[in-house]
Amino acid sequence: MKSMWQRAGMMGAALATSQTALAEYAYNLPEPASQVARDVFQLHNLILLVCLGIFVVVFGAMFYSLVKHRKSAGHQAAHFHENTTVEIIWTVIPFIILVGMAYPAAKVVIDMKDTSSPDLTVKITGYQWKWGYDYLNDGVSFYSNLSTPREQINGTAAKGEHYLLEVDEPMVVPVGKRVRLLITANDVIHAWWVPALGAKQDAIPGFIRDSWFKADKIGTYRGQCVELCGKDHGFMPIVVEVVSEEDYAAWVAKKKGAAAVAAADGTKVFELTDLMTRGESVYQGNCAACHQADGMGMAGVFPAIDGSKVATGPIADHIALVMNGVPGTAMAAFAGMLSDADIAAVVTYQRNAWNNKTGDLVQPAQIAAARGGAAAEAAAPAAQ
Amino acid sequence: MSDAAHAHDDHSHGHPSGIMRWLTTTNHKDIGTLYLGFAFIMLFTAGSMALLIRAELFQPGLQITNPDFFNQLTTLHGLIMVFGVIMPAFSGFANWQVPLMLGAPDMAFPRMNNWAFWVLPVAGLMLMGSFLLPGGAVAGGWTMYPPLFIQGGISYDLTILAVHIMGLSSIMGSINIATTILNMRAPGLTLMKMPLFCWTWLITAYLLIATMPVLAGAVTMLLTDRNFGTHFFNAAGGGDPVMFQHIFWFFAHPEVYILILPAFGIVSQVIPTFARKPLFGYASMVYATASIAILSFIVWAHHMFTVGMPVAAQLFFMFSTMLIAVPTGVKVFNWVATMWKGSLTFETPMLFAIAFVCLFTIGGFSGLVLAMAPVDIQVHDTYYVVAHFHYVLVSGALFAIFAGSYYWLPKWTGHMYDETLGKWHFWLSVIGMNIVFFPMHFLGLAGMPRRIPDYALQFTEFNQIATVGAFIFGFSQLIFLVVVLKAIKGGAKATDQVWEGAEGLEWTLPSPAPYHTFETAPVVK
Repeated sequence: MKSMWQRAGMMGAALATSQTALAEYAYNLPEPASQVARDVFQLHNLILLVCLGIFVVVFGAMFYSLVKHRKSAGHQAAHFHENTTVEIIWTVIPFIILVGMAYPAAKVVIDMKDTSSPDLTVKITGYQWKWGYDYLNDGVSFYSNLSTPREQINGTAAKGEHYLLEVDEPMVVPVGKRVRLLITANDVIHAWWVPALGAKQDAIPGFIRDSWFKADKIGTYRGQCVELCGKDHGFMPIVVEVVSEEDYAAWVAKKKGAAAVAAADGTKVFELTDLMTRGESVYQGNCAACHQADGMGMAGVFPAIDGSKVATGPIADHIALVMNGVPGTAMAAFAGMLSDADIAAVVTYQRNAWNNKTGDLVQPAQIAAARGGAAAEAAAPAAQ
Repeated sequence: MSDAAHAHDDHSHGHPSGIMRWLTTTNHKDIGTLYLGFAFIMLFTAGSMALLIRAELFQPGLQITNPDFFNQLTTLHGLIMVFGVIMPAFSGFANWQVPLMLGAPDMAFPRMNNWAFWVLPVAGLMLMGSFLLPGGAVAGGWTMYPPLFIQGGISYDLTILAVHIMGLSSIMGSINIATTILNMRAPGLTLMKMPLFCWTWLITAYLLIATMPVLAGAVTMLLTDRNFGTHFFNAAGGGDPVMFQHIFWFFAHPEVYILILPAFGIVSQVIPTFARKPLFGYASMVYATASIAILSFIVWAHHMFTVGMPVAAQLFFMFSTMLIAVPTGVKVFNWVATMWKGSLTFETPMLFAIAFVCLFTIGGFSGLVLAMAPVDIQVHDTYYVVAHFHYVLVSGALFAIFAGSYYWLPKWTGHMYDETLGKWHFWLSVIGMNIVFFPMHFLGLAGMPRRIPDYALQFTEFNQIATVGAFIFGFSQLIFLVVVLKAIKGGAKATDQVWEGAEGLEWTLPSPAPYHTFETAPVVK
């Protein structure tokens, strides 16, 4: 019996993929790339077949009646209006079918929930509007932003093959390993989903929930945020690169090297032009979604930075706002998301871009000082 | 039951006329008409929003909206269709039909009836007016999940207030309907002889009275979180954002049945009439309706399978949800058995009722698919869910409203509607509706999230098909408008009986039903 369902599932998958190749019509769940996704795929096929069977029987009877029992065909109405035996039968039979369906479904639920003995644990954090990944075993951390250019979205450039499903920094995992996901959020509720891996979990601010997957095959798997999280909900995709174990080790080494270089920036003193260049790229990645590339914001929703009191007023207040955010609004606290150098760069950029020609220069040491604490205070004079 | 007493049209014992007649009316027929008219206007308002949404989604990229305005459209489309169209339309049917079916002179609380209606346009204006406020209308989804809902501007507070007002209206309406049904039935009309429409509304009224205060509590907590520094839903202050979802769905799952039980009632009146055969399994219909209502209180967390519940909770909500298929199945079987060996004719109300049985069942099947927690987790918050709830709300609730409107229009206006136009309306609606919503199943399975203004290229074809269907469906509703206006203005005179196979007290009255009816109660044997 099970092999029959498995075969039906495979056929469905084959059909779905061949259709995708022909045109972009996909009629079923994507081709599964993990055991859980495969179980779900087969469960869905099973339920669909049961529903189809019931539909044919019930509506076969109804359409037979619509044709045969028409007044225009001279049919006289019968007068029966109850039949206890029939009514009991059609209450009991659906119940038995349901029990038959509940059993395999329960098995998959229990399997999906079993996040024990992982080979690798990754903490995933949803932000408005990007994902953050922290590899707890390997000490790698990064953010993953949509990399589709604005011009493609606005229709001024041709759309690429992976339009809206591409990121600057994909999540990378080794093939055939149990990956446990610890999922949370920083601001509002998001949901992390990669269909082919069969893992979906809401990301809830203040709480950590877990999920897991074990990818069968090397490849790139794409998904999207699936919980409405504000303006750019449709623009925070997820890309998971499943690679061989050697490639994974090489990737971890590379990420660690890059992190060491970035850490050194925190103690440097920068020129204005360097800060402006770096600040612009930080601004585009973190601020422009709301405050817009031209710094004008969106009237009534997101304040303008160009000409604002914050960006032209006291530097300390400006730094504090960027670091701590504004509770109860979409303005996030960037202290935990950006490095000292990045915050220094973006504040400098905001104070000098557009019409805000204050000429102010903010150095990473000032950010470290603003973070407070003995260590930061000790570091600040040393930098000067 | 002669109605000679009603022959003189006596609504002028010093009653105001013109706009004041409608503002001050306590007559159940006037108030029923007001509800139906309000629902009609709101249907076109929220329908236009749906067409804007579909136009944006015709191709990938952002063309006619920006993401923030798109979210405002989806949010308001949902809120208005639920609270401004389906619920008021059913209240309109209840106001017109419950007293006529029970042989009662009016509703139990006529003045409260007036008040229950007239607060609704205020709430509607508040929702629509919020488009003009700084920051635009509410954009956090009709489900109002915090913390996103905490972030918004003044229109979010206005929406909370509007939801409060609509809840108040529903509670007043339900108390009125339940009291009328329990106390004002004609002598001899026992509960188990009552038309099924009254039964479904009685049960709906109890669902409303039980759950509307829960919604009011949830949105009040949102209001204080937003404005008065409480932290019910803020983890940083010891609250829990998921708690809102539990409270909200404890309201909103029974709400799903509030939106469909009166539809079951209408269809259960229409099918026997055109099958010329009594409803099959009347008693089991009543028990099935009651079971669905009771079960609706213990399944709410199936909307939340992806929040990360313990295994035991997930299994409990999966099993209890699947159980709902049993009483729902009983209803479908009963409708089919009512048609079986009848003497069927296919006037417009019957066509809509048959489409209801067939297409609502497709929505039921996708509901069964969604009840399986593992499959739900895969397709939760995708277009599969959008397809599912539009099958039960458009080809379910809305088609039943169409069926009921065509069925009772001759009794309300005294004129037969234009059958040819009615059939055009039916066929264009049923074809258009399937072209919009059937491809959405495929989109959801393929992985397209809901509530996104722009999508990846592999979703293009089905979105284009859906948009074409949406415009066919949307514009064919103008035919319905024409049919209703024509029937109000004139047309062939309707007989008292109207339909050959119709049974019940309302068909003993003249057409149109006089302003005051059943001043002396009829006796039912």
